[in-house]
Amino acid sequence: MRLSIEVNGQSHEREVEPRVLLVDFLRNDLGLTGTNIGCDTSQCGACTVHIDGLAVKSCTVLAVQADGTHVTTIEGLASNGQLHPMQQAFWDEHGLQCGFCTPGMIMASVKLAEENPSISDEDVRHGLEGNLCRCTGYQNIVKAVQAGAAAMGGGS
Amino acid sequence: MTRYVGTSVKRVEDPRFLQGRGKYVANIALPGMAHVAIKRSPLAHAKIKSIDTSEAEALDGVIAVFTGEDFMNGGCGALPCGFTPPDIELPLHHPVAIEKVRHVGDEVAVVVAESAYIAEDALDLIEVDYEPLPVVVDTRQATGDWPVVHDGMDSNVSFHWPLGDEEATNDALTESDHVVELEVVNQRLIPNSMEPRACVAQWDSFDEEMTVWTTSQNPHTIRLLLGAFTLGIPEHKLRVVSPDVGGGFGSKIFHYPEEVIVPWVARETGRPAKWVSSRSESYVTDRHGRDHVTKAKLGVNDDGTITAFHVTTWANMGAYLSTFAPLIPTALYVTLLSGLYKIPTIFGEAYGTMTNTVPVDAYRGAGRPEASYLVETIIDLAARELGMDPVELRRKNLIPPDQFPYQTPVALEYDSGDYPKLFDKIEQLSDYQNLRREQEKARAEGRLVGVGFASCIEASGPAPSAAAVGLGAAIGLFESGSIRVHPTGKISAFTGSHAHGQGHETTFAQIVADELGVPMEDVEIIHGDTDRIQYGVGTYGSRSAAIGGSALVRSAEKIRTKLRELAAHLLEASVDDMVYDQDEGAVYVAGSPDSKKTFAELAFAVTTADKMPEGMEPGLEETTFYDPANFTFPYSAHVAQVEIDRDTGEVEVQKYFAVDDVGNVINPMIVEGQILGGIAQGVGQALWEHGVYDEDGQLLSGSMMSYALPRADGFPSIAVDRVETPSPHNPLGVKGAGEMGTIAATVTISNAVLDALAPLGVRHLNMPLTAEKVSNAIAAANGGGE
Repeated sequence: MRLSIEVNGQSHEREVEPRVLLVDFLRNDLGLTGTNIGCDTSQCGACTVHIDGLAVKSCTVLAVQADGTHVTTIEGLASNGQLHPMQQAFWDEHGLQCGFCTPGMIMASVKLAEENPSISDEDVRHGLEGNLCRCTGYQNIVKAVQAGAAAMGGGS
Repeated sequence: MTRYVGTSVKRVEDPRFLQGRGKYVANIALPGMAHVAIKRSPLAHAKIKSIDTSEAEALDGVIAVFTGEDFMNGGCGALPCGFTPPDIELPLHHPVAIEKVRHVGDEVAVVVAESAYIAEDALDLIEVDYEPLPVVVDTRQATGDWPVVHDGMDSNVSFHWPLGDEEATNDALTESDHVVELEVVNQRLIPNSMEPRACVAQWDSFDEEMTVWTTSQNPHTIRLLLGAFTLGIPEHKLRVVSPDVGGGFGSKIFHYPEEVIVPWVARETGRPAKWVSSRSESYVTDRHGRDHVTKAKLGVNDDGTITAFHVTTWANMGAYLSTFAPLIPTALYVTLLSGLYKIPTIFGEAYGTMTNTVPVDAYRGAGRPEASYLVETIIDLAARELGMDPVELRRKNLIPPDQFPYQTPVALEYDSGDYPKLFDKIEQLSDYQNLRREQEKARAEGRLVGVGFASCIEASGPAPSAAAVGLGAAIGLFESGSIRVHPTGKISAFTGSHAHGQGHETTFAQIVADELGVPMEDVEIIHGDTDRIQYGVGTYGSRSAAIGGSALVRSAEKIRTKLRELAAHLLEASVDDMVYDQDEGAVYVAGSPDSKKTFAELAFAVTTADKMPEGMEPGLEETTFYDPANFTFPYSAHVAQVEIDRDTGEVEVQKYFAVDDVGNVINPMIVEGQILGGIAQGVGQALWEHGVYDEDGQLLSGSMMSYALPRADGFPSIAVDRVETPSPHNPLGVKGAGEMGTIAATVTISNAVLDALAPLGVRHLNMPLTAEKVSNAIAAANGGGE
């Protein structure tokens, strides 16, 4: 099938098999390997991207379902060589160790923060239920999301 | 003087991870790459009567299909076991099954195709005819008159490992005022690193060289095993690369069948080949952890003095002996049964049994959490039976600070520690007495509030090579570290340690920069590639800083020695008068800093090499193979407060406090991160995680939907503090920090829950302490019995 999609501000026209998952399309067809695959049951959230402004697990979406949408992946978050405030906050607060869950965790966190710049500890923990991290124990991720949210709120 | 060590330098590796530029194996794409998928056994134990691959081979886009015979006839050897205690029976483990399958997930056939999707399609077209055989999943059941999992073995017991004086222990138990008896299960866990395993291989037919990219914690060990046992390509023609690896927790130490299959396929087909595990495959192939059944007796006198400890453990090894599997319940478990305590006599023994389950090997802590769980659980039980406060009973038996080094009755010599200081600090941090007062109030209100305490020891940084090999290890456990100074004074430092989340690129750069007095940004840490690092043992057992870090310190010392001699020559002074100023990164005559030669000047001087002292070679590169004098012995005390919902049995962790002694700290932020992450994994074991098999050997918790991993909302904010007793025998004074959190948290939480349930008369519950299990225990208690 013909797929027309904008990813990180770039338009793409591709022929794809209908069964191809969006995450595989991003990784294999566009070479955007920053979006990781951590499970096959939509539990881990490592593959979270933004589709038309919503945080979505890209392993649960067929590429063709994203036809005509605007997708942002982790590669599209920093601009002009400047880390996004959420990326910066994860760095500052040591919100990552092995880094594998990090792209999905950051993409999910950006959306949480957009909804609530002064998000509480509890709301971050609840909001990130769908993103698994095996390294950090989440504590520094929570701190990072709160710091990132504050920085985003102040910046925009 | 240090400038970086001891400070929370932000991690230099993070920018690439934050921007989606991690170099994970699954991200590798090579021209002409073929994709590998593996047909796995749906049965736990069966004879393979026939395999029909014809339909799969006929599918458009399938390049080839191979079975076990192809690999065996094509020169693939069996996967070896790297730790063999005396009298062990070693079952054979072929990379792809021959004649029989022995666990669900066992490799049966291999598809090579033009895409991963086509390879998956082809798996469904392979017809395998199985004849089911009797299945055993339980470690105790396997030891009885059960049909053997491996034909060549007399029974399912692969090894028996006793340690200590059994007669003296039994005598002491007889003479004790009390004997506390306990049978516990340390349940099977599934590691679940967030990155599934993956392997890519490329065969260079011109030079006859193989490159294997694999998600390993120790690429040199994998190269050794591939070269000497499984693939038959000599080591100098074999390059193994572990780039960024997304977590390991032990599960990526081992040599896996796919690491044989993928390079073999690449050579056989002449195509670069790639396999990426699905999470479903991870559950039935990544080596599992724990799975011990233990019977223990602790002798205690009326005044709380511990007199003796007798332990028998049956350790489930699964269907094959994984790379280090027999090490875990033996030299990393029985030897830790003394805990932080003076116990006059201990006898411990472990049986390793074969079953029709996924092989079990090291998982974060590996043997040591099982030991701590047992010791700290039975001590709590003793306190309850004697009516003593559990902290008071522990304090009474602590090894006093003036008795280090302390020789335990179970082989280890603890190097250093101040355990009473640890207890003071945790009681203060947690306001322990107040927690008890609050608990009393809550109990009066009918609430089920529990306070859990545990104080744990770990032997980290394995190990002096002679000791390790003496116990049964097939290789020495030293580490290499090289420092190469480039002509401009920039530095490449090569370590045989491997980072998969630990942050070596930061902490090791901190070490090298301080040792040589150069800016951190001038130091790059290189790891994970057998072609770039001459040799390495790898990262596990919390060994990287103590052994890998020390190797780099020694190499830096050699560099300093050479530069002092060179500077003396250039300044026409005596070497004995030369000062290497590590703050400035310069060498000068003592008392005349103005005479200095900077690090960069000296680095360039060994490159022009026109004014070298007699006998000194040009160039500036030093290598050290550092073999530790002993393990290091980090220890910790953790406290948790939990509350149980009487109606649902759900456990809420309300407060958590941790004090750890990991010796000197290179980067406090990273160490705290390790402790926090470790605690989460420990809480996971205590409350939620369980690898469950049914009696047919089907894994019931085989996905993230059925295996309960810790989530962000499962924890309160955790308070972490530390005491620092430097390790006396390594130049950094560091001890391992990677596993302590997990070791202590598991039993701290379990003790808290059992403490909450104690008023109901619940004596013991095995982990995980799920809502279902706890509510059943509450119901049984309310019904008048257990």
